[in-house]
Amino acid sequence: MADAHAHTDHSGASHGSVGSYLTGFVISVLLTVAAFGIVMAHSFSPSGTIAAIAILAAVQVVVHLVFFLHMNTSSEQRWNVMAFAFTVLTVFVLVVGTLFIMHDTSINMMSR
Amino acid sequence: MLGKLSWSDIPIDVPILVGTFAGAAIAGLAVLGLITYYGKWGYLWKEWFTSVDHKRLGVMYIVLALVALFRGFADAIMMRSQLALAYAGNPGYLPPHHYDQIFSAHGTIMIFFMAMAFMTGLMNVIVPLQIGARDVAFPFLNSLSFWMTTISFVLINVSLFIGEFSQCGWLAYPPLSEQQFSPGVGVDYYIWAVQLSGVGTLLTGVNFFTTIVKMRAPGMTYMKMPVFTWTIFCTSVLIMLSFPILTVALGLLGLDRYLGMHFFTNDGGGNQMLYLSVIWGWGHPEVYILVLPAFGAFSEITQTFSRKPLFGYNTMVYATCSIMVLSMVVWLHHFFTMGAGANVNTFFGVMTMIIAIPTGVKIFNWLFTMYKGRVEFHATMYWVIGFMITFTIGGMTGVMLAIPAADFVLHNSLFVIAHFHNVIIGGVYFGYVAAMNFWFPKAFGFKLNEAWGKRAFWLWFVGFYFAFMPLYVLGFEGMTRRMNHYDNPEWYPWLLVAEAGAVMIALGIVCQLTQLYVSIRDRNLAENRDLTGDPWNARTLEWSTSSPPPFYNFAVVPAVHDLDAFAHNKEAGIDTRAAGSNYQPIHMPKNTAAGFSIGVFSLILGFAAVWWIWWLAAVGLIGVIATVIARSSNNDVDYYVPASEVARIENEHTRNLLAAQAAE
Repeated sequence: MADAHAHTDHSGASHGSVGSYLTGFVISVLLTVAAFGIVMAHSFSPSGTIAAIAILAAVQVVVHLVFFLHMNTSSEQRWNVMAFAFTVLTVFVLVVGTLFIMHDTSINMMSR
Repeated sequence: MLGKLSWSDIPIDVPILVGTFAGAAIAGLAVLGLITYYGKWGYLWKEWFTSVDHKRLGVMYIVLALVALFRGFADAIMMRSQLALAYAGNPGYLPPHHYDQIFSAHGTIMIFFMAMAFMTGLMNVIVPLQIGARDVAFPFLNSLSFWMTTISFVLINVSLFIGEFSQCGWLAYPPLSEQQFSPGVGVDYYIWAVQLSGVGTLLTGVNFFTTIVKMRAPGMTYMKMPVFTWTIFCTSVLIMLSFPILTVALGLLGLDRYLGMHFFTNDGGGNQMLYLSVIWGWGHPEVYILVLPAFGAFSEITQTFSRKPLFGYNTMVYATCSIMVLSMVVWLHHFFTMGAGANVNTFFGVMTMIIAIPTGVKIFNWLFTMYKGRVEFHATMYWVIGFMITFTIGGMTGVMLAIPAADFVLHNSLFVIAHFHNVIIGGVYFGYVAAMNFWFPKAFGFKLNEAWGKRAFWLWFVGFYFAFMPLYVLGFEGMTRRMNHYDNPEWYPWLLVAEAGAVMIALGIVCQLTQLYVSIRDRNLAENRDLTGDPWNARTLEWSTSSPPPFYNFAVVPAVHDLDAFAHNKEAGIDTRAAGSNYQPIHMPKNTAAGFSIGVFSLILGFAAVWWIWWLAAVGLIGVIATVIARSSNNDVDYYVPASEVARIENEHTRNLLAAQAAE
């Protein structure tokens, strides 16, 4: 186990600094506040609001990945990228699949 | 002060529960008393409860699974007995309120605490040994996962005697599970137990994925990994991808119940159909999370007892990976009747039929492995062959249910119950029991008794057909699931047959317990001892070390030259252990009570949140956070085993090996 542990610590991407964590934290807070603000201030139409907070959520995910999970393109770990690609694929399948199912159901059942 | 909790929540008016409580209390006190009498508390605490050794944790997981099996099966036979009685005006002995809790608890316990715990136990015991690693990547997280699972099971059992359990089935569909229709604490017990155990499962997925990617022995490329490790790899990926979905689904339901939100309610813009879609987005991958490791175990056992390498290793790996991907795109087949149109139903019906193909490939691989092999009909092989027959039938009824038009007839009927017990008992449970029989000597150093193993198999196998084939018929006759009483004379005889099957399965469980008792009693007989570490003349690395393995697993990390590394080394005359070489100090993790502590505080948090005792919930949450901070700031978490100690343990095993060879 000794050797394997040493490898995990030295071959991976960087572990970040206090500065990068704080930057990530501030951006995350701003994005969260912005999402709440949009909803509470009723600044857009309902569908516009949903679109806006969905975009803010997606940006939030990227911020977390970069600042907290240290994903970057220079990482030499093939597994990071492959695992991430598979995750994106799965999220895509689930989100698009759910939209497909719920949209079809709504039309069929005349619930919306 | 005590939130919603009051004396009236203790069900002293239900004789069955009072009896159960008395029995559990007497048995519990007897166990505690025996431990105290023999002075084993210190041993249990130091060697087991605080252990971060993957082998010990694996054994504890399997013990937990067997306890959960006992609880889950007690629920099952109570349901069968109710239906054997509650006919033509007889209300049976379980009123609906109690009966509904029993079927909800049965499903929840069997999936989350029997099957998941059994699977996690098996992968803990075997995977690090099989890839030539000394422990998992994150030993402390492993201990934490175990305690999260255990305390969640405790929380479910607390619901038996304090308050009530959910009456909404094992997936708690809204709107029934919303506050409006389930104002009691049952659904809250369900939510908290499943959420807390979900933390443990997710961490296990991360842990084993990292272990397999990072800690394989030098030379073990992906296509030289044993099939069991491959299946655990795919299972870990599925856990990481699907358990967050479960967390979100139950989290939103919890927000509805605790904060009055409207995600899945009838009114206020809620949409309960979305819950179905989200929960099954987890629920279907979960099925494959459970069955893939069983497939892995069947592969290892079949090749070992057929005395030849697995037929079609590559196709087995590709089939496993295809199942992993396809399992994410079939979830709608659980609710074809929800009201989606033909486009949606056709897509998911076709995808479901496609997933049967890689599964069928696997069946043929096992059959061709046996073909022209010198098959040894060991008790373990009985479970494997029983699986192949039973699982094939279950798979075929699954393809039937994949046809949306047929599903409209069969949805929510006992046909569905028969189908998924057919694949979960015939596939998952038979697989785990076969694996337990196969790897038991590795974990403990002695073999399980074969005669009792075969008796257990026959009772389970025949009992299964008696218990579940009638359910297929009943499904066609229109009997729906979760029914408390009925007056249709055509159903009655079939339900009596099913009851007889349940009794046979009960006897099968008795045989399994007897098998454990007899094996432990006779563990020192020469024919039961495993001195060589390789009792079956097997093919993979875990058999190259002693049984039970030393706590560091391998004194020298083995070099892998070929698929089935140990078999290759035996043929080439290479000593995989590298006995007598110049041993180096070994870096190992220290035991820690942090996992246990976080578990106990989580239990307090869960219990308090169920009953709205907010000050106690704060205590639990602060305890969890404090333990995490204390653990994170502790740098004294590892040590080195001196080379002289390694040499002493290894030389002792070498002496055992020579003695065993001389005896032959």
